[in-house]
Amino acid sequence: MPAAGARPTSAGPKPHVRRAPWHRSVWFWSAVAGVALVVSIVVSVGMGAADIRPAEVLASITAHLGLAEPQLTPIRDGIIWDLRLTRVLTAAAVGAGLALCGAVMQALTRNPLADPYLLGLSSGASLGAVAVIVLGASLVLPVTAFIGALVALAATLALASAAGGVTPTRTVLAGVAVSALAAALTSFVIFWSAKGDSYREILSWLLGSLGGANWSTVAISGVALVVIGVPLVAGGRVLDAFAFGDSAASALGVNVAGVRWGLLGATALLTGAMVSVSGSIGFIGLVLPHAVRLLVGSRHRALLPLAALVGAIVLVWADTIARTAFEPRELPVGIVTAIIGAPVFALILARKRGVS
Amino acid sequence: MSDAALTARDLRVELGGRVILSGVDLDVPAGAITALIGPNGAGKTTLIRGISGLVPASGSVAFEGSDLLALGRRERARTVAVVEQELTSELPLSVRDAVELGRTPHRGMFGSTTDDSAVIEAALAATDTAEFVDRRFETLSGGERQRVHLARALAQQPRLLLLDEPTNHLDVRAQLSAFAVLRRLADDGVTVLAALHDLTLAASLADHVVVLAAGRIVDAGDPERVLTAGLIREVYGVEAVVLTHPQTGKPVIAFAPPGLAPSAS
Repeated sequence: MPAAGARPTSAGPKPHVRRAPWHRSVWFWSAVAGVALVVSIVVSVGMGAADIRPAEVLASITAHLGLAEPQLTPIRDGIIWDLRLTRVLTAAAVGAGLALCGAVMQALTRNPLADPYLLGLSSGASLGAVAVIVLGASLVLPVTAFIGALVALAATLALASAAGGVTPTRTVLAGVAVSALAAALTSFVIFWSAKGDSYREILSWLLGSLGGANWSTVAISGVALVVIGVPLVAGGRVLDAFAFGDSAASALGVNVAGVRWGLLGATALLTGAMVSVSGSIGFIGLVLPHAVRLLVGSRHRALLPLAALVGAIVLVWADTIARTAFEPRELPVGIVTAIIGAPVFALILARKRGVS
Repeated sequence: MSDAALTARDLRVELGGRVILSGVDLDVPAGAITALIGPNGAGKTTLIRGISGLVPASGSVAFEGSDLLALGRRERARTVAVVEQELTSELPLSVRDAVELGRTPHRGMFGSTTDDSAVIEAALAATDTAEFVDRRFETLSGGERQRVHLARALAQQPRLLLLDEPTNHLDVRAQLSAFAVLRRLADDGVTVLAALHDLTLAASLADHVVVLAAGRIVDAGDPERVLTAGLIREVYGVEAVVLTHPQTGKPVIAFAPPGLAPSAS
């Protein structure tokens, strides 16, 4: 019961003045993230069992690019150029690709819980990979992982369309079903035939690991990022029009079906390529787009490039932690991203509570 | 009607194998506010979506001499703006971002055009939304959201504005302020067609009324002539008394509780 004479609160609209901090700061954040990525790569290459200074990293890189005379011993140069740098660059490309795909999927499905693995891609890829590992033919592993991802995607879409039409909700539900089936088949294959070393390899695959990085994984992930990711970033601003749903986008003159299938196909290919080199690394594609939205808002011409940059930085550091925290043992990087990602996701959730 | 800007002939819409609209002949006068009224399920939303190309329709829809159904998407979106019911967004969006979306049909896939900011500022000013341009859309009240949707539609620079229940869930003040925006638009020559539930609101603020029932147009014309107790009984199945507003002379509709004897009019 309010005290007698207490005045009613002002009847007018409450001026809820929390100014959005993001306008005109996109270039600022992109520049910060760009510099941070380069620094992260150089510093993290230096970290590990063999201690290497950033100056040596730069010396090795400039020498290989033909910009300077080689100064390092072949062993140290090999550690930097063939072991560490390939791994860090693969991490950067995979992180960028996953964060980008997550941002696109969240906008396309208007589902804040969407991630690159939503449509069964990761479990399909895992199945393809695990099957090959137990057969002992690891050389074709990226290929079968990629095929597994695409088969899972096709199964998801076929199931959704058989269920009455490919709407976002049905597609997501079909993805859940296909994921569950692929995961069950994967467990079955492991149960039936895995032994000894293949257990460890399978585990690191399922949890996501960059332990197998070399120059070909750099090439696969890098080429996928450039060929698919760059057009995605450039054309992604059309996603803005989906903010109020498909119908509103259509009323703004957007070819909704064309954009949806184009972007869905592109994210599936990009995710498939990333999963094929690293296994399914969780949380990057789910959490980072939300974190970046807090910085620059939901406009995709700002969100997509920045999400890619931040994804690259975060995975570079997560993988650095994964390979150095318990030396000489190596943690699957998916464990690190989950341990960091889950609390961050909870924080973002708590921040949003005030809004909706 | 000689000065109709929008004319639909024999419009037919089927959704999921069910005929929602058939044989609809619609004339909407230029530079005026037309209210589209009718009970739930009459097809008001479908008519608006059919005219704007959001659902496939057969028949013909002409606006200011061009065939709306044959126009390309982007070209149509530069002519026709639609404000649908209660659109919300799951993602954080500033008011400026939301209004800027209205420029989509005027932009290329990758580029931006030069006079966008002037158009956006004008849309914000016309809807009194400039003061909260940096706030997030989901923190706005219902009335403020509706004004932002109006601003987004204005940023499209449409010649034809279609609105589905634009005053639903708004308080009286917000309803009147939304209609003030529509009135200024109509005075500038924009043709406005709004589906409405509130008959008195339609009678007092629209220049022209179209009555839709069970997928067909029952009557159309001046509110004073169309909105009679007989029509309301026939279309809505309720008893009403139609009074005259002492100041404007417009119809005011008062409903009789069930069981009361039908009035003479």
